[in-house]
Amino acid sequence: MQRIAIIDYGMGNLRSVSKALEHVVPDNTEVLVTSDREKIADSDRILCPGQGAARDCMRQLHETGMDQAVRDAVAGGRPFMGICMGLQVLLTRSEENDGTDCLGIVDGQVRRFADGLTDADSGARLKIPHMGWSRVEQESAHPMWQGIESGARFYFCHSYFVVPDDDGITTGRCVYGHPFTAVIARGNVFACQFHPEKSSRDGLQLLQNFSRWDGRQ
Amino acid sequence: MGLAKRVIPCLDVDNGRVVKGVQFVDIRDAGDPVEVARKYDQQGADEITFLDITASSDDRETIVHVVEAVASEVFIPLTVGGGIRKVEDVRTMLMAGADKVGINTAAVFNPDFVAEAADKVGSQAIVVAIDAKAVHAEGETPRWEIFTHGGRKPTGLDAVEWAHKMQTLGAGEILLTSMNRDGTKSGFDLALTRAISDAVSIPVIASGGVGNLDHLCDGVLQGGADAVLAASIFHFGEYTVQQAKERMRERGIEVRL
Repeated sequence: MQRIAIIDYGMGNLRSVSKALEHVVPDNTEVLVTSDREKIADSDRILCPGQGAARDCMRQLHETGMDQAVRDAVAGGRPFMGICMGLQVLLTRSEENDGTDCLGIVDGQVRRFADGLTDADSGARLKIPHMGWSRVEQESAHPMWQGIESGARFYFCHSYFVVPDDDGITTGRCVYGHPFTAVIARGNVFACQFHPEKSSRDGLQLLQNFSRWDGRQ
Repeated sequence: MGLAKRVIPCLDVDNGRVVKGVQFVDIRDAGDPVEVARKYDQQGADEITFLDITASSDDRETIVHVVEAVASEVFIPLTVGGGIRKVEDVRTMLMAGADKVGINTAAVFNPDFVAEAADKVGSQAIVVAIDAKAVHAEGETPRWEIFTHGGRKPTGLDAVEWAHKMQTLGAGEILLTSMNRDGTKSGFDLALTRAISDAVSIPVIASGGVGNLDHLCDGVLQGGADAVLAASIFHFGEYTVQQAKERMRERGIEVRL
């Protein structure tokens, strides 16, 4: 029996993430949406989703004590997955809301896509948010990529992107006007900007991989 | 290499059942929203839109259960529209598993509702549906007006100005339906689509009038749409979503295949 904890810090609907996980995990797996630190600490894998603005996310993380749960989970070495804001809050600071300090677990910044971006090939004006299906090129091999082709499309919905100080942790890259980090992987942390729970087959494959990953690169 | 143009099948739901005769030979219950949505996901649909056409407000609760059921089984973005009048309605749909909520008539009668909803749940979840009709005579400068009540009631609002205003208020996307073309199978109103796409910086979904796969391509290539929505050509099995995307790719449009 294993348990996957989905950290609930009051930012949006976690139903899609939990349902998608339940859809693909092995039979012996409990998927638990929780804000109980003991239960999170006692789980085999921890997933941190999130949607909304950076300041709201950070405030909610602090108010619910889930900021510490995230730190403990990352430090504890068990497989940790971040999705969308669950990736961005790991960085040092976000430009959103006139500047928001984040958790600082991963050194780097969160920046906004500049207005007036254009597609390099077609010259077409790009809209913000970046919403829809884009290719993710795998920069390095990783157990989480098993069964997923480099260049597979995932569903994105965001206006901000992460810029880690150490680009070596970028394990998935996407292009929207310019290349940006779509996935970081470092030790037991794997965090993606896109929404695997809304990315059909490849998204489900990634979630299934998470349910089996041992937390090593 | 960039963002794929999206293909979105639209399902009318009445009292929890898919209506307007979806006809697939290989599904058991063509009225079951979950089965139909799963089928479209398998065909490669990029999103699915549900339009609740339930007449009685007493029965509105059923669409919430539909969304819950579909979101538990089908893992692509879901949009729900029809009868959304209050921020509470928006929240209810998102909590049930919808990713975006379509606001139509309520935006016309109370534009601030769009701002309020966007402020509460974020622009990415707010799709403003615009039903527009050409009101210019032949030879005149093109002009389109917003209509409500299925295209019966004019509002005097200019569609291009309205679209821009909706963006300013916080709409994350525009679902644009030509009331002249809806149901005609003669293709999108491309001039309208182009006028709106040029006027806003948020994505525009073209809708209304699709009769063949080239119409979908034209909506992107000539209309400048970011996504194309169609109902009947998919429902009656004339074309699959996959065929639509193959045709779009042949015509140089980037799609997820």
